[in-house]
Amino acid sequence: MTTPLLEVENLVTVFQTSEGVVRAVDGVDFRVGAGETVALVGESGCGKSVSALSILRLVQAPAGRIESGRVLLDGVDLAGLPEPEMRKVRGARIAMIFQEPMTSLNPVLTVGFQIAEAVQLHRGLSRAAAWAEAVKMLELVEIPDPAERARAYPHQLSGGMRQRVMIAMALSCGPELLIADEPTTALDVTIQAQILELLDGLRARLGMALLLITHDLGVVAERAERVLVMYAGRVVEEGPVSEVFSDPCHPYTKGLLRSVPRLGRPRSKLDTIEGFVPRLTELPSGCRFRNRCEFAEPQCAVVDPPLGKFGAGRGAACPVRIRDEGRNA
Amino acid sequence: MLRRLMANPLAVTGAIIVVVLFFVAVAAPLIAPWDPFDFDAKHVLEAPSRAHLLGTDSLGRDVLSRMIYGARVSLMVGFVAVGISTAIGMALGATAGFFGGIVDAVIMRFVDVMLTFPTVFLILAVIAYLDASIWNIMMVIGLTSWMGVCRLVRAEVMSLRERDFMVAAQALGMRPARIIVRHALPNALAPVFVSAILGVAGAILVESSLSFLGLGVQPPTASWGNILTEGKSTLGVAWWLSVCPGLAILITVLGYNLLGEGLRDVLDPRLKAR
Repeated sequence: MTTPLLEVENLVTVFQTSEGVVRAVDGVDFRVGAGETVALVGESGCGKSVSALSILRLVQAPAGRIESGRVLLDGVDLAGLPEPEMRKVRGARIAMIFQEPMTSLNPVLTVGFQIAEAVQLHRGLSRAAAWAEAVKMLELVEIPDPAERARAYPHQLSGGMRQRVMIAMALSCGPELLIADEPTTALDVTIQAQILELLDGLRARLGMALLLITHDLGVVAERAERVLVMYAGRVVEEGPVSEVFSDPCHPYTKGLLRSVPRLGRPRSKLDTIEGFVPRLTELPSGCRFRNRCEFAEPQCAVVDPPLGKFGAGRGAACPVRIRDEGRNA
Repeated sequence: MLRRLMANPLAVTGAIIVVVLFFVAVAAPLIAPWDPFDFDAKHVLEAPSRAHLLGTDSLGRDVLSRMIYGARVSLMVGFVAVGISTAIGMALGATAGFFGGIVDAVIMRFVDVMLTFPTVFLILAVIAYLDASIWNIMMVIGLTSWMGVCRLVRAEVMSLRERDFMVAAQALGMRPARIIVRHALPNALAPVFVSAILGVAGAILVESSLSFLGLGVQPPTASWGNILTEGKSTLGVAWWLSVCPGLAILITVLGYNLLGEGLRDVLDPRLKAR
């Protein structure tokens, strides 16, 4: 593995709700190396986005807070930084783009202004220089006629264009890590491919790391080097994409991969995973996947399985399968 | 937006009234036929005539001229008082809405406390200690009427806070003050604008009632309220002294309210279906 740029250790983020405390992220560990693309996959509500927001300490108080854990950026714990220092990290060292390009741009400001604002803030450029930089960034994300487009308001641009603007804004201060929270979910399929291509190209060119949050396994297979599979607030499996996809270990990962429709397969009913994701307020004892698991054993109800390591950089939170499949640490 | 506003005849009426009054107030020295302070013992309490279109008062001053100068007072009180209350309301409301939690609780309880005071009596109490200059009146009206704007802005900012672009601005490392001023408030301006216009009407009414009670703008400075007071004692012989300022207040307040409500209909997206 490359040197870790970001290390998340035992991150726990909780939300206070009317039904009690919900542990949306419950002891998540992972690393992202410099220049690496890591995919974070899982169903809606499994804690992917909350993990990302926790890294930037943007979980909305007072309902949500980071209960414990460390987020190390180049060895510095972000969880302990004072807020003004944290603001220097946000945007400048770790940037984030969001799912909805329709709503993540301010409707009353021109897109050029919004990019220039970030540039002025972190790089201390003058207004004119920041504007020039904004136009340059729009050119970088392959928006035609960037000088003209910089004066446009968000509603004058298409969804794909807006996502490009978001990318331009996020990259304008040269972050070392870009967190992309479902960057293509709200876009047309053809635009999705373009945006991913662009993101991937820029990542390689600018040498930044990419934490790609998605529920689209196709995206993961194409773009990521490593994958983290989340289920109900936990990472249940991690490893290099090619290995995890060809030889999944955790029953949940197996189920996920089975339920991807494939061309050329005889037409039949699509495989699904039986049952539902448990409510976070009503998690079963022991392993949180056991109620839906075909391999469940009595001990699964007793022990909450940790992420067991095996092979080259792989891990799965399922001692049963690690044992039965004869995987060795 | 302008076209939608123009389609509403009541709003257009309101807008015309407001614009005409604005013009009258600004151009008062040019259009007033007489000096509003000029006594004329030979023409006291004269009925409306060609020389004095709205008659004269008990000191022989031209009522029309005094009305025209009175419009200046109303306009200034309306705008300055609303300016003060809107500034306070926006600052406190945005702070409460953005930070939430304990900050929000403290500010909103303060609003609740302010709302328990009957405004007119609060103003009367303050005026009893300060002298009743037009500046003090504008300050007092402004300082006692910001609570509505505060609640409005707080609600807007709270809902804006959940929008992705606010999180995105935070993710870019911006300071809260900048996010509030640059990103939240411009998106909350439409309802504030409507409430400010309706607030002008309210402020004009308060100033008129204060002046009527002799606690507002002091004679000889002309204000519709104090012209009305003078007219009260001579109502039997000089109806024009009471009717003119009364009508002026009525029409002005009506004008601002019509314009404000027209704008609200245009700016409120929930009413767009109509």
